[in-house]
Amino acid sequence: MAEHNGLDGKLMTVGEAVERFIHDGDQICVGGFTITRNPMALTYEIARRRVRDLHLVAHSNGQALDVLVGAGCVRRLDIAYGGNGRFAPTCIRFRKAIERGELQVEDYTNNMMSLRFLAGALNIPFIPSKSGLGTDVVEKSGFPPELRGEDGVPCEKVIVMDDPFGHQDDEVVLLPALTPDVSVIHAQQVSTDGTVRIKGLTFADLEQCKASTAVIVTCEEIVPEHYLRLDPDQNALPPFLVDAVVPVPYGAHPTACPYFYDYDPAHLNQYKAAAKDDGAWAAWLEEWVYGVESWDQYLDKIGGAQLARIRANTVAGYAPGLDRR
Amino acid sequence: MAESVPAYAPREMMAIAAGRFIKDGDVLFAGTGVAMLAATVAKRIHAPHAHIFFETGGIGPLLDELPMAVADPRVMAFSNLNAGLVEAFSYVANRRLHTIAFLGAAQIDRYGNMNSTVIGDYLAPRVRFSGSGGACDAGSLASGYIVFMQHGVQKFVEKLDYLTTPGWLDGGDSRKRAGYRRGGPIAVVTNLCVLKFDDETHEMYLAERFEGVTPEQVQEHTGFALDCSRSTVTVPPSAEELRILRDDVDPQRLILG
Repeated sequence: MAEHNGLDGKLMTVGEAVERFIHDGDQICVGGFTITRNPMALTYEIARRRVRDLHLVAHSNGQALDVLVGAGCVRRLDIAYGGNGRFAPTCIRFRKAIERGELQVEDYTNNMMSLRFLAGALNIPFIPSKSGLGTDVVEKSGFPPELRGEDGVPCEKVIVMDDPFGHQDDEVVLLPALTPDVSVIHAQQVSTDGTVRIKGLTFADLEQCKASTAVIVTCEEIVPEHYLRLDPDQNALPPFLVDAVVPVPYGAHPTACPYFYDYDPAHLNQYKAAAKDDGAWAAWLEEWVYGVESWDQYLDKIGGAQLARIRANTVAGYAPGLDRR
Repeated sequence: MAESVPAYAPREMMAIAAGRFIKDGDVLFAGTGVAMLAATVAKRIHAPHAHIFFETGGIGPLLDELPMAVADPRVMAFSNLNAGLVEAFSYVANRRLHTIAFLGAAQIDRYGNMNSTVIGDYLAPRVRFSGSGGACDAGSLASGYIVFMQHGVQKFVEKLDYLTTPGWLDGGDSRKRAGYRRGGPIAVVTNLCVLKFDDETHEMYLAERFEGVTPEQVQEHTGFALDCSRSTVTVPPSAEELRILRDDVDPQRLILG
């Protein structure tokens, strides 16, 4: 592994990464957005190890959010959007957990959550925005009052004040910064010195990673350092921000990983059907998470033909003509 | 709509009616579902120079295939540029741009405020929905927004269970007084009609009803009193509009159903 020298101590398996960086009660955030680039292999490992009482802070992490909630790993949630496009207008296990009172939930918006990560990255305590004035997102709080001031929970959900620089009344919404314990993202490439390249949209992955105490990057492939240095404009994160690098081909499945593979409509439809029913959901977790011994076994279960169907066209970045019904 | 068998489905009329609000050169913030269809169809029919962007950061993609979510790799393919959420909201809010957002929700009130969070008590909801996502932000920051809804008394309500997205708030100038610099709902496109908002009171009124729909039907499906005195009949979709929508934009009927 001479060419992996720059990754000494960082290169590990999903099991080692979860063991080392993700503990009961941690505040975590995951990368991606709804059906794209969710770190699913690592998410399944968190579920498999039955990590509990996580405080998940999320903008719109569809699939990973729903699996973590459905597997009972999450106790507390800051959320902007729990949906998964056409596969689930509202994420199904997320919805059930809230309707059953199993989750402590605080609603924000995508702009608010992105800004809260940005504030954490900049090491500032709060950041103003013009989103949500006069709405229940600002007026109503979902966390019980006794949580306020606890580790990772700000003393107020938001604070509305007049612009202190303004000459007339001009209200702004102050948002508390987020500094999660750990951020997990899935990237296409990590170089042998630990530089990260993300292709397609970065969502809020970069702000999340920069705000977090530890960063785990799962990736499709490890590439030579000089390759990512040829076009540094395309790189997303520097080596010194990355604590763990986990090579997992198809590690975002069934969500898409642009230029490598599309989302898997057949699997997402199967998930949707199972998630609707508690018994079927328990069976699904057993079949696809608890009972799966390795990522190789997971990929074998998906099957080579299906993996070929969702393989991305290397120019378009997705699978043109894929049956998405 | 029982009298005649329409040559088009309500959802097709919705996409085309909403698409007609799009002007060539507009900067459009597209959400999921029918919104994406309207934006795509307008770009193919009468607004080839409209710019479509997504809250996820996809700016100006070609949209050769219909995206199924705002994070679909299809919103990143052959785009002007790919960014992230913070950048995307700096376009939504940008004071130089006239940005029009397309939104949907579970409930809407007479002032175009919307709920996409819960039905019932917020702390113990009967039904939980996705939550704001970028909807509250688009309602707060964009130059205006257009809404897609199925028409029904459960959806067009006197009082929202939760106010997720700010419309004209309490009507009149209340939106401005709340601290918003611009924006507000422009129109609501349903399976029956197009609704707009009075310039002064900002109350919803019936502007256009689809072919075969009566003002009484619209009122029946609305949970608050609606001014139906100034409505006209919507121009039905042309054969060419329908062909583009069906054959080019959504051939797999992913959204048309």
